Amino acid sequence: MNRPQGLMGQLKRSGWLVGLAVAVVAVFLAPQLLDAFRLGLVAKYLCIAMVAVGIGLAWGQGGMLVLGQGLYFGLGGYMMAMHMKLDDAGPGGVPDFMNLYGNNVVPGWWEPFRSAGFTLVAIVLLPALFAGLLGYAVFTRRVRGAYFAILSQALVAAFATWVESQQKTTGGFNGMTNFKGWFGFALNDPVNKRMLYYIAAFVLIAMVLIVRWLMRSRFGELLLAVRDQENRVRFLGYDPAWSKVIAYVVAAVFAAIGGALFVPIVGMINPKNVGVTPSILFLAGVVLGGRTTLLGPVLGTIAVRWAETGLSEAYPSLWQYFQGALFVLVIAFLAQGAASIGPGAKALWRRLRGSPGAAPPGATPPGGVPKAAETAPAEGAAS
Amino acid sequence: MNPTRIAADGARAQALDRTLEQGKPSEQDYLEVLDLTVDFDGFKAVDGVKLTVTPGDLRFLIGPNGAGKTTIIDALTGLVRATGTAQFAGRELLGLAPHKIVRLGVGRTFQTASVIEDLTTLQNLDVAAGLHRSAWSRFRRRRSVPETVIEVLETIGLTDLADVPAGILAHGQKQWLEIGMLLVQRAQVLLLDEPVAGMSATEREQTGELLMRIGRDRVVVVVEHDMEFLRAFADSVTVLHQGKVLAEGGVAEVQANPAVIEVYLGAPAGASSIGTSGKE
Repeated sequence: MNRPQGLMGQLKRSGWLVGLAVAVVAVFLAPQLLDAFRLGLVAKYLCIAMVAVGIGLAWGQGGMLVLGQGLYFGLGGYMMAMHMKLDDAGPGGVPDFMNLYGNNVVPGWWEPFRSAGFTLVAIVLLPALFAGLLGYAVFTRRVRGAYFAILSQALVAAFATWVESQQKTTGGFNGMTNFKGWFGFALNDPVNKRMLYYIAAFVLIAMVLIVRWLMRSRFGELLLAVRDQENRVRFLGYDPAWSKVIAYVVAAVFAAIGGALFVPIVGMINPKNVGVTPSILFLAGVVLGGRTTLLGPVLGTIAVRWAETGLSEAYPSLWQYFQGALFVLVIAFLAQGAASIGPGAKALWRRLRGSPGAAPPGATPPGGVPKAAETAPAEGAAS
Repeated sequence: MNPTRIAADGARAQALDRTLEQGKPSEQDYLEVLDLTVDFDGFKAVDGVKLTVTPGDLRFLIGPNGAGKTTIIDALTGLVRATGTAQFAGRELLGLAPHKIVRLGVGRTFQTASVIEDLTTLQNLDVAAGLHRSAWSRFRRRRSVPETVIEVLETIGLTDLADVPAGILAHGQKQWLEIGMLLVQRAQVLLLDEPVAGMSATEREQTGELLMRIGRDRVVVVVEHDMEFLRAFADSVTVLHQGKVLAEGGVAEVQANPAVIEVYLGAPAGASSIGTSGKE
């Protein structure tokens, strides 16, 4: 209710515009500072970060531990790969790998993906539909916590196994690679690679803004309430399943778009990109960055992936140990992730200085709880 | 200077009046429970209970531990399965999902004051007030605080604590917040499970006054152990024992009932001394 006043208040309220400006500057600065190879890596991290933004919403805000986002990442990625393969093969042509493994016939369910428009719509709608139906079925039956996590992981395991078994139509274990074009743009042209980077960056920024909007809306408050006290929310007149379905669908669509952009940027998609292990690793950056914050999942993911590349280049065998140590440290000392360092340090600094506002802002306003706590026993004694 | 005095001064009483004026139930709507039975694998926690509560009749449910008081509220709000009938304004409540019962105007509080701890006091009230909002408006930000939320904050004396996470409120304040949540969601039947447990004498008195005012034109059922509180504010009492209704009537009438005295004290004793004070 009480909005911060004055210059600081103004700055706080328009802080998001400043943040947006910084992000846009960073997006344009990166190509100046990085060579084409590094820029390609950054673009790949951005695709992973799209999955992370969705996980932040579903898990951090909605309390659904989504251990199987590889399913939606894979759906988006494979649909994009199918279109690109068909596009490369030309009108009526057959993708190269079908020639190699199969009988040189394009299966019927591939045909619609010759159309660019159909592919783009399907990349968004198909995962949304699947996540919506699954979410509705699961959440109205009050499946949650570890049971939901196991279910989501089992689904992604089944998906990866199925994809691997269909060598003639999905490329099987090897997946699909050797793409030449993307909606008519030659992928070996550095200018087009840079364009893909920009697309990924701005799509990611848009996703962060969407999550920011959802978090600040009344829906966001309800989602938090559902996360913390799902049963209590029923007695406020809401069916908590719907809030969860919406958050889950948004997370699924973000993952699918991330997968769809991953394919032209990295130039391949195979079961190893979508299985159980990558699904768990999607969570790494979210955990480290802070799952309940807006920017934690994005920055955490980019940082973790960057560190992974850097460290495994320098010490190829060390990364796994380093990642393990990082996890232990964060979970032991920073349960809310790196994003909690700032506010935590601020509170510590104030406490050390012994200033009146020792607790985090808003925790104990003047005339607040301590006062009431003091008066209550006195009244009790008087009676 | 008591920072959390509720419904005491004129301004607060007016705020409460304005809140209660909205969604006021019609006078002939009442709660009617017939043959309510809750069976936990052969153990009948509630056994053929009949209960009729009209607006303006502040009803207290009392009884020893295990008498089935809370279970009745659980059954009426969809938390446990029950047989029999329970109707408010002619609509059957049993068998509906909890959120649908709330949407029929039947709200409850919990024994362990249960608010959404990570949301602020204001947000708690706003979420509770939101069940009548359209689906799309929920995707917008709260641009201004709804009038009823401001009024209810005033009524429950938490205006100064509006922006504080509800988790750090004192126990009594959480209980007031829960009552406030029922007010903003325009509950017409309020089922309150030990609303004054753990409150100081002053707080109990304020809560009692608030409940009397709310109960004037709404159905209010209070589960309570505190006999002093009951004597001060109850219009009528239903005594439960082992899942069955043992006695029902005015406070004095029930206090004089030998069966009630026996249940409470184990043996016949002075008529005026059922439970000198609260159990908790």
